[in-house]
Amino acid sequence: MRIIALVCSFCGYASADMAGVTGQSYPASVVPVRMPCTGRLDVSHILSAFRNGADAVMVVGCLEGNCNYQYGNIEARKRVEQARGILAQLGIDGERVEMFNIASNQGWRFAEAVKEMEGRVLRLGPGPVRR
Amino acid sequence: MIIAEQKGIEELIGILEGHKDILVVGCRSCVAICLAGGEKEVGVLSEALRLHSDMRSKGWNISEVTLERACEKEWAYELDQLVEGKDCVISLACGVGAQVIQELFPDVRVVPGLNTSNMGAPEEQGVYNEKCGGCGDCVLHLTGGICPIARCAKSLLNGPCGGSQEGKCEIDPEVPCAWDQIYHSLEKLGRLELMDVPIPPKDWGPSRSGGPRKMVRSEAILTDEQNRMKGGKR
Repeated sequence: MRIIALVCSFCGYASADMAGVTGQSYPASVVPVRMPCTGRLDVSHILSAFRNGADAVMVVGCLEGNCNYQYGNIEARKRVEQARGILAQLGIDGERVEMFNIASNQGWRFAEAVKEMEGRVLRLGPGPVRR
Repeated sequence: MIIAEQKGIEELIGILEGHKDILVVGCRSCVAICLAGGEKEVGVLSEALRLHSDMRSKGWNISEVTLERACEKEWAYELDQLVEGKDCVISLACGVGAQVIQELFPDVRVVPGLNTSNMGAPEEQGVYNEKCGGCGDCVLHLTGGICPIARCAKSLLNGPCGGSQEGKCEIDPEVPCAWDQIYHSLEKLGRLELMDVPIPPKDWGPSRSGGPRKMVRSEAILTDEQNRMKGGKR
């Protein structure tokens, strides 16, 4: 199983780090990919992840109202919705992609989010492209 | 600007049946502004088609490019090398751009990736309103800068119909009545007397009713010699 976590430099990445620091366990199937801000997210990043073998994609940005660049995480949420629409047209369940807003000190929430996505993959089966 | 929106991916996949080497072509002009066919949209559509191809083992070879302005031959010629070996071009330019590309490269099938809709303007980011009907005989000087041809559902020229209620059109409570807007615009301009100027029955000859339109600016046409000197392509 491979879950791609597109995490922002500020909260997303820090929450993953905090999960480790505080000894939270989460599935090893997650691959965090650090980006400057989830506002940099493009729909093609999500599609590309699936094309390269991802079973699920999670986008982790700061809490709404806490984005370091004002509203990057709000843009990201819209793009996740847009990606869902495209995935639906391709016959891929939109549940395979999800936006999470997690603060840098909420390591436990990052761990929960990964478990949530793992649960979805177990329920939905392998992703659309096997690599 | 030209307003357009992308066709559904399912429809496009159907159109692409039987093709292998596909070039997705966008345009940085109008369709980029209305977020239908600019560089980003080209990237997203290309990636979606690649994903579909990989899922269904179609073996599509998809490349992408975005032109500065697809409706001008000078820019569209930039595809010269890129269409080499392609059996299909998906045009994310407007219908005009798609036709120019097809005309320049008659050996490659050009399919439309967009549904081109109208001449309009962005109201705000993501909202686009039709503004001009392209009738070829403008009356904006009489109508407070609001086009009754494009913005009145009936294209009425001398005031609203009975379907105008509280400033809205009967076709949809969200659609403003163009003649209500015209009245208020003239009021602000202090030119309400223009409401009394009758606009005679319109000559629709310069509009689409006269068939496809052609405009010639003879002073701008290059002579054969000028073309040779500039290395222009005709």
